Amino acid sequence: MMSYAIAVRDLRVRRGRREVLHGVSFDVPRGTVLGLIGPSGCGKTTLMRSIVGVQVVAGGTVTVLGEPAGSPRLRERVGYSTQSPAVYEDLTVAENLAYFASVLGAPKSDVGRVLGEVGLGGQARQITRTLSGGQRSRASLAVALLGNPELLVLDEPTVGLDPVLRNELWGLFRRLAADGGVTLVVSSHVMDEAARCDRLLLMREGDILADDSPGALRRTGEEDLEGAFLRLIAERDEAGTAGRS
Amino acid sequence: MSPSITLATAGRILTQLRHDRRTVGMMALVPTLVMVLLYYVIGDRRSFDAWTPVLLCVFPFLVMFLVTSIATLRERTSGTLERLMASPLGRLDLLLGYGLAFGLMAAVQVTLVLAVSLTWLGFDLSAPVWPLVVVALGNALLGTALGLLCSAFARTEFQAVQFMPVVVLPQLLLGGILVPRDQMAAVLEWISNVLPMSYAIEAMKLAAVAGAEGDFWRDVAVVAGAAVLALLLGAATLRRRTP
Repeated sequence: MMSYAIAVRDLRVRRGRREVLHGVSFDVPRGTVLGLIGPSGCGKTTLMRSIVGVQVVAGGTVTVLGEPAGSPRLRERVGYSTQSPAVYEDLTVAENLAYFASVLGAPKSDVGRVLGEVGLGGQARQITRTLSGGQRSRASLAVALLGNPELLVLDEPTVGLDPVLRNELWGLFRRLAADGGVTLVVSSHVMDEAARCDRLLLMREGDILADDSPGALRRTGEEDLEGAFLRLIAERDEAGTAGRS
Repeated sequence: MSPSITLATAGRILTQLRHDRRTVGMMALVPTLVMVLLYYVIGDRRSFDAWTPVLLCVFPFLVMFLVTSIATLRERTSGTLERLMASPLGRLDLLLGYGLAFGLMAAVQVTLVLAVSLTWLGFDLSAPVWPLVVVALGNALLGTALGLLCSAFARTEFQAVQFMPVVVLPQLLLGGILVPRDQMAAVLEWISNVLPMSYAIEAMKLAAVAGAEGDFWRDVAVVAGAAVLALLLGAATLRRRTP
């Protein structure tokens, strides 16, 4: 059996009375940058929470780095950054990082390293509350980079960032995957970011519409990914109507 | 659970407090100021000597309950709790971290009130001081533990603040401050018997009169037991997985 970083089988998640993931299955080899693409509310965040192991699931299995998702041994091997920044607003950026580093058992020197990686070196001593929105989400991203996570699950890490910063972060993601063999799951609803992933999961309404490389998706006949996405939705809807009639 | 993570957590909470000087100042000074006010309102030495232990009991509990319930509610709503629950941090690391940090604040608070009462206000204490400190700190920890527990049932800070009168006022009314417990209606006395604050108030009164004598240690054990129970229940409300 090949060692996948993530293996998801028939994952079902209910939130309240609504089923938000309807039996999703896929595998991610190690060292892959996987993009989760889809409109908001399609289940991207729920899927990421299930991979991290903080989501109550209704059925199916999620195996991460060879262990069931959320098992204690994974807690220092998986880095997770939520969509809204999860940092202490009343601490400085460096104090936040120092605290999470000691929780993770990461060396103190990691604080300086991740500050550099997300480009917040100049804001280290600033109270997090006083940062701009984009800076705050980078501070939250920096926490996920502490230690040496083998899997990084990043929910919309580039929202609200200017193109230069976005480009730098994607450079960092590619470097982590290429040099460190880190597997990354990155959600986005920006189609031009999707092109920088090795693989894309196109999601809609709790299902996976497509699971392929950006290049292969473009070869479906459309010139850009947005077109390919729209066409897949149209095909799916037609098939649905045909099936019912 | 790991001691280094517990200490790091307590250190982080104290650093948060350090950035909020006004809160620290109020936590440390308000009980003392109220004590001074009480002294001048009562104007009668013997009543003041009777009221001082009661306030020493109530204040640490009240302040720690409020501060802890708001602080943990913030952890829940800001997403930092979810982040910690996905990390190697144990649930007791978080709870004990809060207990340590706020316990230290309570110690500062109690020291200041006692120092001012015993010197400037001339609080006449024939017994040793340390049993009073033991009860005050035990009660502060009880407040911290109940605050942690109640924050699990509050979605907003408004709701969290409303838990204060719910948890505190009945315990004060039934705690034997206004009416001695054995003069209450039987049902009320039964309720009073299961409220931990009743034991804290009794222990404090005993300590003020005779020191650590009589039922003192039994009462302290009840308060400590209630604090541990509330901490364990609070730990059960911290979930690694949420819907």
